Amino acid sequence: MRNPQLNANGELTHLLSIEGLPREVITQILDTASSFLKVSHRDVKKVPLLRGKSVFNVFFENSTRTRTTFEIAAKRLSADVINLDVTRSSTAKGETLLDTVDNLVAMHADMFVVRHAASGAPHLIADHLRRLGREDVHVVNAGDGRHAHPTQGLLDMYTIRHYKTEFANLVVAIVGDILHSRVARSDIHALTTLGAAEVRAVGPQTLLPTAIEKMGVRVCHDLCSAIRDCDVVIMLRLQNERMNGALLPSAREYFRCYGLTPAVLALARPDAIVMHPGPMNRGVEIDSDVADGPQAVILPQVTFGIAVRMAVMGILAGN
Amino acid sequence: MNEQTLQIRNGRLVDPANGVDARLDVFVAGGRVAAIGQPPPGFTAQRVIDAGGMIVCPGLVDLSARLGAIEPELAAAVAGGVTSLACPPDSKPPLDEPGLVERLVRRSDTVGLARVYPIGALTQQLAGERLAEMNGLARAGCIAFSQAKRAIVDTQLLLRAMQYAATFGYAVRLRPQDDFLARDGVAHDGEVASRLGLTGIPVVAESIATATALQLAAHTGVRLHLSRLSSAAAIGLVRAARDGGMPVSCDVAVHHLHLSEMDIGFFDSNARFDPPLRAASDRDALRSAVADGVAAICSDHTPVDADGKQLPFAEALPGASALELLLPLTLLWATQSRVPLLSALARITSDPAAILGIAAGSLGVGAAADLCIFDPDGSWRVTPEALRSQGKHTPYLGYELSGRVHLTLVGGRVVFEG
Amino acid sequence: MNAQKTPHGVALPDAEALCVQLADLIRPHLQPETVVVGIHSGGAWVAQRLYTLLGLDAEIGLIDVSFHRDDYRARGLHPRVKPSSIPFDVEGRRLILVDDVLYTGRTTRAAINELFDYGRPARIQLAVLADRGSRQLPICADFCPWRVDLDPSSELVLSLDDSGRLQWSLDEHA
Repeated sequence: MRNPQLNANGELTHLLSIEGLPREVITQILDTASSFLKVSHRDVKKVPLLRGKSVFNVFFENSTRTRTTFEIAAKRLSADVINLDVTRSSTAKGETLLDTVDNLVAMHADMFVVRHAASGAPHLIADHLRRLGREDVHVVNAGDGRHAHPTQGLLDMYTIRHYKTEFANLVVAIVGDILHSRVARSDIHALTTLGAAEVRAVGPQTLLPTAIEKMGVRVCHDLCSAIRDCDVVIMLRLQNERMNGALLPSAREYFRCYGLTPAVLALARPDAIVMHPGPMNRGVEIDSDVADGPQAVILPQVTFGIAVRMAVMGILAGN
Repeated sequence: MNEQTLQIRNGRLVDPANGVDARLDVFVAGGRVAAIGQPPPGFTAQRVIDAGGMIVCPGLVDLSARLGAIEPELAAAVAGGVTSLACPPDSKPPLDEPGLVERLVRRSDTVGLARVYPIGALTQQLAGERLAEMNGLARAGCIAFSQAKRAIVDTQLLLRAMQYAATFGYAVRLRPQDDFLARDGVAHDGEVASRLGLTGIPVVAESIATATALQLAAHTGVRLHLSRLSSAAAIGLVRAARDGGMPVSCDVAVHHLHLSEMDIGFFDSNARFDPPLRAASDRDALRSAVADGVAAICSDHTPVDADGKQLPFAEALPGASALELLLPLTLLWATQSRVPLLSALARITSDPAAILGIAAGSLGVGAAADLCIFDPDGSWRVTPEALRSQGKHTPYLGYELSGRVHLTLVGGRVVFEG
Repeated sequence: MNAQKTPHGVALPDAEALCVQLADLIRPHLQPETVVVGIHSGGAWVAQRLYTLLGLDAEIGLIDVSFHRDDYRARGLHPRVKPSSIPFDVEGRRLILVDDVLYTGRTTRAAINELFDYGRPARIQLAVLADRGSRQLPICADFCPWRVDLDPSSELVLSLDDSGRLQWSLDEHA
């Protein structure tokens, strides 16, 4: 089965998931991103690569923050950006996902940035475009269900590489609601592909997916032993609706067992960095003293995110 | 169309019900098997069918096939060599009223292709709250009662449903799955679902419901058939019950003999099934159970249109078009598992007929002349055009399969000729 | 000059010697505030040589034109984009843009575009080691020690040998 992200020449034509991306492709994206990072520091923060191209932000699930970062990235590449709030318009009228796509293709879209609540929705769109013979239209997955959030995974790798240079000897802990987290899955694929020494998946059994160890991680239930000697700690957001009841007794108990406090972080390596995909729940998964502390690199993640998204769009649109 | 007198000659007759596997001619008169081997005295054939190089077997009996539109699906059935099929009650509306059953029987009789045996709803609207009028439904033509894919969550009501069915000697068929454990699930709770971020249905959802059904059946004495088992654990429970002398039967959908969770690939909605495709080890346990005769095979034919499949995996409808693939996929399994043809065909003829308690799946003298002539080596490509069913979706689209039906008889009438 | 001979009979001069000649051409025009900007990757090496030979004070700038190339639609983004680094304020500066080979002029056009994204320079002059003709844009070099006519199937390539010396080679395309 051909990797649906690659075209007949083996070039990256969609970014759907980090799973199956060769190490060289990930490295190329990160290297390109570092060039784009410099662009953001210039007088004119724009390059003309995507001039005349139409990028459609198609968000079936609301996320102003992610949509904005894609919008900034596309605009810095000189693309025309059209934001569609599909949560309200078409689906409410009974239009299917592929109807929406057909309509946008008819409007000469060159790239879709898609967020959808269902895992696999961007794959469906990419497959549909292939059947239409429209491989010149590119799909970027901006988060699908619990499956993948590849640009977040890539910007996390960019951040780690920025502070740690090499992946080979790194111990990385991913803490929290891995079950529902597309970020965790993308980070795990990226870290294992880039050769991190150890990736620890940390949380109570109710928040860890079945057979997660098959993805190449070590499962830990105890936060202290999981954080010990870590180089990188990635904290995941705990959604409000998961806090009370079936998966966890309460936010208070969760923070007591899995919240990252300065005392717990002290167990990690002294130069360990703390990451979070945002938005943070202070006092639920992370203590404010850690979130605002010297080891947190949460805001640099946001800055790097724009450069990484520029790199992804720049590479895809050229293939 | 009047029944002709027919002679089917030169074929290899494989009739599991009678333990026959030999080069024997079959003589048909008055819609029934008139003789095997030598013609009865004074027989003249109005039509002689040459079955040289082909296999002649009883028409296939399918334990579960959903009919969307009746005519195309029954045409698909006979094109696949299926002459009798049991239809689950989860049609729209569900088969919980005698009038609906009578209409289905009448319409399928009018179409006059495969024989249709309705399975009645165990509870009204399949809602699992109030018992359906089982006696009235049986009088209208239902041969067993089931909840199709729906569970009876209230175990007291399940007990009562079994007791009531047992009162009249009706068989109860259950697709065992615990509603709570399967909530929102769309795929086997294993490494593939975890990787793809799909909500999983754990094996315990099936094994717990199986154990519950077995215990209640033992308690009530109802005749129980478990439909479409998907896991090694559930098969193990059925084996143990049968070893303990309980007359429980079960079946496995033909796709589950071949496919596993891995076949979901990159969210292929054609691999979305209910119950889900499970781990390779589960599939292997299902294969052994069928080889051992513990389980029969059904097509679980479910025609789904493009609108139902061209959706993100979790939103797509489960099921596949399978009436025309039942024979080739059974033959493929038999070849791969080195199961003799006689045993393999038993799983789709005499075994399901016995489970349904219908006079079918046998070519003994005097039996209805429901039969299928197929070329075991004749291969064909599965394409939307090749399928007569209105459901064009199957994981086997594009595959080349062996086992091509040449001719199908129902009651001595040629209902399909390829 | 110890020139190499290629199979096609084109004499390839010594690249290091050309750098010295180029520096000699530039020197009389040098102003105190002049800075040198090299285009990745050949131009960057030449710019390094000029920095040393001319004894410049200001750090050199490096520029990667991948983001401004006009063949992006046909060829995609270059797989190894290097960050541009302009460690000085471009506004009002006199710049000498340095490349190894001047050919169609498209790279120079892209580099000038990129430089303008940093500010408005007072003047840009172009210095190249070789001018092989066949321009497709109205661009010409201000400083050039070697002009040569080459067949379009030949690619003139500047590279670093194992000892770190610049050398020319000629790649033939079918």
